[in-house]
Amino acid sequence: MDLHYSKEYLDFEKEVKAFCKKYDGVTFTDASKNPLASLSSKKKKIQVTRSEWQKILIEQGYFARAVPKEYGGYGGEPDILKSRIIATEFSKAKTPAPMGGQGIDMLVPTLLEMGTQEQKEKYIKPTLHGEMIWCQGYSEPNAGSDLAALQTKGELIDGEWVINGQKIWTSTAQYSQMMFCLVRTEPEAQKHAGISYLLIPMDSEGIEVRPLVDMTMKAGFNEVFFTDVKIPETNIVGKRGEGWAVANATLGHERGSLAPPDAIMNRLNMLIDLMKQEKLDGKPLIEHSIYRDRLMKIQGKIMASQSHALRLLSAKLNPGQDVKVGKMIQKLVGTELRHELEGLAIDVMGEIGVLYEDSPHLRDKGSWQFIYMYFLGLIIGGGTSQIQKNIISERGLGLPKEPKVQGAQ
Amino acid sequence: MYFGLSEDQIFFQDNIKRFLEENSSVDILRKIAADDRTFAKDIHDGIVNLGINGLLVPEEFGGLGLDILFAAAISESLGYGAGATPFVGSYVMAPIAIIDGGSDKQKQNYLTNVASNEVKFGVGFSALTGARDDSEIQIKGNKISGRSLFVLDYEYATHFMISDINGCIGVIDAQANGIDLVELKTIDRTRNVCELILKNVDFEILEQTKNSKNTAEKVIDAGRIMLAADSLGAAQNMINKAVDYAKERKQFGRAIGSFQAVKHMCAEMVAELEPCYALIWHAAHAQKHMPNEARLMACQAKSHLSDVTKEVAKKSTEVHGGMGFTDLLGLHYWFKRIGLNRQLLGTPERVREEAALLQLN
Repeated sequence: MDLHYSKEYLDFEKEVKAFCKKYDGVTFTDASKNPLASLSSKKKKIQVTRSEWQKILIEQGYFARAVPKEYGGYGGEPDILKSRIIATEFSKAKTPAPMGGQGIDMLVPTLLEMGTQEQKEKYIKPTLHGEMIWCQGYSEPNAGSDLAALQTKGELIDGEWVINGQKIWTSTAQYSQMMFCLVRTEPEAQKHAGISYLLIPMDSEGIEVRPLVDMTMKAGFNEVFFTDVKIPETNIVGKRGEGWAVANATLGHERGSLAPPDAIMNRLNMLIDLMKQEKLDGKPLIEHSIYRDRLMKIQGKIMASQSHALRLLSAKLNPGQDVKVGKMIQKLVGTELRHELEGLAIDVMGEIGVLYEDSPHLRDKGSWQFIYMYFLGLIIGGGTSQIQKNIISERGLGLPKEPKVQGAQ
Repeated sequence: MYFGLSEDQIFFQDNIKRFLEENSSVDILRKIAADDRTFAKDIHDGIVNLGINGLLVPEEFGGLGLDILFAAAISESLGYGAGATPFVGSYVMAPIAIIDGGSDKQKQNYLTNVASNEVKFGVGFSALTGARDDSEIQIKGNKISGRSLFVLDYEYATHFMISDINGCIGVIDAQANGIDLVELKTIDRTRNVCELILKNVDFEILEQTKNSKNTAEKVIDAGRIMLAADSLGAAQNMINKAVDYAKERKQFGRAIGSFQAVKHMCAEMVAELEPCYALIWHAAHAQKHMPNEARLMACQAKSHLSDVTKEVAKKSTEVHGGMGFTDLLGLHYWFKRIGLNRQLLGTPERVREEAALLQLN
């Protein structure tokens, strides 16, 4: 066990701290539409656009670190410890994190691994700079957990893909310039082998985006309908019928990025502050033993998950460490735990806990209710908790698969 | 940066696991539970031969001079194999108390003999972790009177180490006059606890503990981490047994592990238990390297592990169906081991209250 940083990393930590101090209070002139983003805004000092902020971070090596310079990245070696230092210091100083989203988190790594030279040059840079927003076209009304059952059809006619069908649960589709999309192009092939990974401009003729309001009334999914949408033949990543493999590479990235480990610690500290300030029957919530016990109980769970994240980090640095099952549990544990924490805050607030939107007496901008509901979405999205348990037990523990229903593929 | 057990620690763990696999089958456990203590003595002797008695004793006194993380790794493997041997009290809590609270003379006197296994301590700290009304310990000068409940590792004890409610710790000779030893029978027959009724017994107070609770807190923190690590090992063994059984046992023409109702229970157990490794290692590491967080992490490790492993003990038994309930399979030896660990040195609610007070003050 050695939890010390070497001098190189201690120096780097200092450098990042200085950077955060320099940009203390930075705000965006083009405010993000993500309602979570407004929670961290503080006193106004330095004003930049989102895209300018991305460029500042890339120049510094704090974002897109391992993406080659020619594609708009920093062009350095990937360094997990440095990434962690950046995330930790940014979170402590409430410095805005770089933009995430499915383009940056999922498409860029996929293109770097499997894209053509032309695709890398065309798409990566504007995506990293926040100038090209992507949405993910995977799920369909009849292809959710069983994603490979998807039926949106792509036919190659006169050198163009012609797409017909429907996608659902498409986050940010209404703001996106592009979609990376799974489409059935080989109807004769076996289920998984009939899918291709296509890149679709969202301003193409025949695309209709319909907002799908969710229980938070804030975060937006969409339904996306395709009627004879035509895109160039070259807008395919990998070969025809290889889309499932291409998509699986990106699904791995999504599972890793859904629940950043430091965020939950900040929320726990916010809850502790809240329980010290709020009074019930004349004494602070934290002095009510029942609420206090629940708080301590969830602190124990969070400490375990924080320590576990350190172990996973260590395994990336020391390839001999075996954390196969340890990685598989992260999506399940991370989303369930966060949901539980936000729910505890609602419980301890009593009636105040149900206030929402712009109500008087709202605490912490209504974020507890919002995130409580939002995380129920994350528990379901990106592979439900039940699908996660299948993965853990089948791939992690080697338990046999459920026999297929006769006649099903 | 490396977060995990070292090769040495894993090697030591493997030695203990292998020894228990070879010498402590369920048949042997059953004999021990039926009070055939010769088998327990063989296991204790074998484990001592591997060197656990001198684990924490500094090298200058003839020990191995290892740290609490190392001891936690050992405790995990003892839990894994349900090792019927003293450990937490005799070889962790007692040496730590003497190292931290003893005078030079006391260290010389006791630590050397712990390392050579001539002195073996039974340890009674329950006055500090949940004193009952009728168990008041009173120290007057060099004499101790009162009742100490749940004294750990008494079976081979040559001496007892007792703390009063203020964390004043001292040693009594097991042969001294005025000691009435009452064996207590718990659900877990792989470890032994007793109560001591003391009447004006000679008591040698550890020098640094006369006016300070610090040593007693360190001893309890370490003890709690050991119990938590023991439960971690026991729970992992129960999960492994459940998963193996779910692969073999067939009903409705297929392995029961192919039913989601069963496989999801297995996944839930793993998802809860896997992060506990890191929590135990981190808490144990903190005892030496992160003094500001050491106490909180020890409390949280104890209470969190108590809750997680209680659930694992229940679910892994259920995965076995009716067989899980029987003595034929013997799964209950681990179930009971986890059950005892949960109650000793503070139940989860009590330990969480301590955790809260640490942060409020």
